[in-house]
Amino acid sequence: MSAESSLRLVEPAMGTVFSFDVRTPATDEIHAALTSAVAWLHHVDALFSTYRPGSQISRLGRGELTVGECAPEVREVLDRCRELSEETGGRFSSTPAGRLDPSGLVKGWAVERASDLLYEAGALDHCVNGGGDVQTRGEAAPGRPWRIGLAHPADHEAVAAVVEGRDLAVATSGTAERGAHITDPRTGRPASALLSLTLVGRRLATVDALATAVFAMGEEAEDWLRSRPGLHAYAVTADHRVWSTPGFPFAAPLGAPCHAV
Amino acid sequence: MRRALITTGTTLAGIVLLLSLKPHESTLHNASAPLSTGDVPGPETRASQPAGPTATSGNGTFIGDAVQTEFGTVQVRITVRDGALAKVDVLRYPDEDRKSVAISRFALPRLTERTMAAGNAQIDTLSGATYTSEGYRRSLQSALDQAGVR
Repeated sequence: MSAESSLRLVEPAMGTVFSFDVRTPATDEIHAALTSAVAWLHHVDALFSTYRPGSQISRLGRGELTVGECAPEVREVLDRCRELSEETGGRFSSTPAGRLDPSGLVKGWAVERASDLLYEAGALDHCVNGGGDVQTRGEAAPGRPWRIGLAHPADHEAVAAVVEGRDLAVATSGTAERGAHITDPRTGRPASALLSLTLVGRRLATVDALATAVFAMGEEAEDWLRSRPGLHAYAVTADHRVWSTPGFPFAAPLGAPCHAV
Repeated sequence: MRRALITTGTTLAGIVLLLSLKPHESTLHNASAPLSTGDVPGPETRASQPAGPTATSGNGTFIGDAVQTEFGTVQVRITVRDGALAKVDVLRYPDEDRKSVAISRFALPRLTERTMAAGNAQIDTLSGATYTSEGYRRSLQSALDQAGVR
């Protein structure tokens, strides 16, 4: 599909901006799904925002609600958080600063679900980007996979690499914008070994949550990733070196960095 | 023992073919003693270490050299009982080596609009560290969205 026939929408929510880019020719069903997807994001924000004292997650954290009294999505998210915490040896936490805050999972999970809504309505080729965390489905154009630039951690105008593929989830954690805000839940100290960490997999909820956890792992990340063949990682270290796992889906020829030693 | 060696040699040749080993490297070095179980040598270890008295009995466990193939390192252990090959264990599979394929390291590239155009790598979207609404306004994603919505 050419860009002219694509359906685009930019929606501020959850303190960031969501971009929808549907390349399947738009139908009434797809338009309706896009409306539902936007409503879904605001619904998630209302349930899970830690900035809203009246959100279910805030009230749950203060003990004013039980999980049973919350929407089923709350239990789903908290269950996923528990699994992710176990998978990462506690590097992922739903209480990163000592209080209930599953934000490390919620955005990616919300984007993945929004993408599913579009897909189920027949939008087989689309991309949803939630504040830099990306879920793509299908292709950007017939025979041409999606290309996702990885933001350069020190230059807003440049990208450091380009990822290419079909049905990819891409999430980046880093210090570029908000400083050293990711703490290692196991030590309570800010994670500082990496400037940014990009994970690529298939489904954004897991990929986004794990990107935060792997970022917090710092130098231990490489070992942990060896046991996760379905995940690819690209990391920029504090001294502006880069490492990537074997098989990282760089777009040829730009991303292939073998010459840039 | 001679018969045992011939037997094992022949069988090993079969294994060698199967695993694409280099035949001259996979011969057993002077069949030696039973190795203690769990004593798996590293890739440099030759098979000739622990000496033993079993040459005449035709019994023992022997470890072949670790051999580099195009698929990775392969190493086998054979057990001989009463002069006949009783068991073959593959100690190292190529897959183990694949798992340890090195993570690559390089300098941080900086791809600008111009370099991307030169490389014919138009990007569709951008992954970056979580941006605030303000960060979004300054981001390439904002530019991409404007270009698409226009």
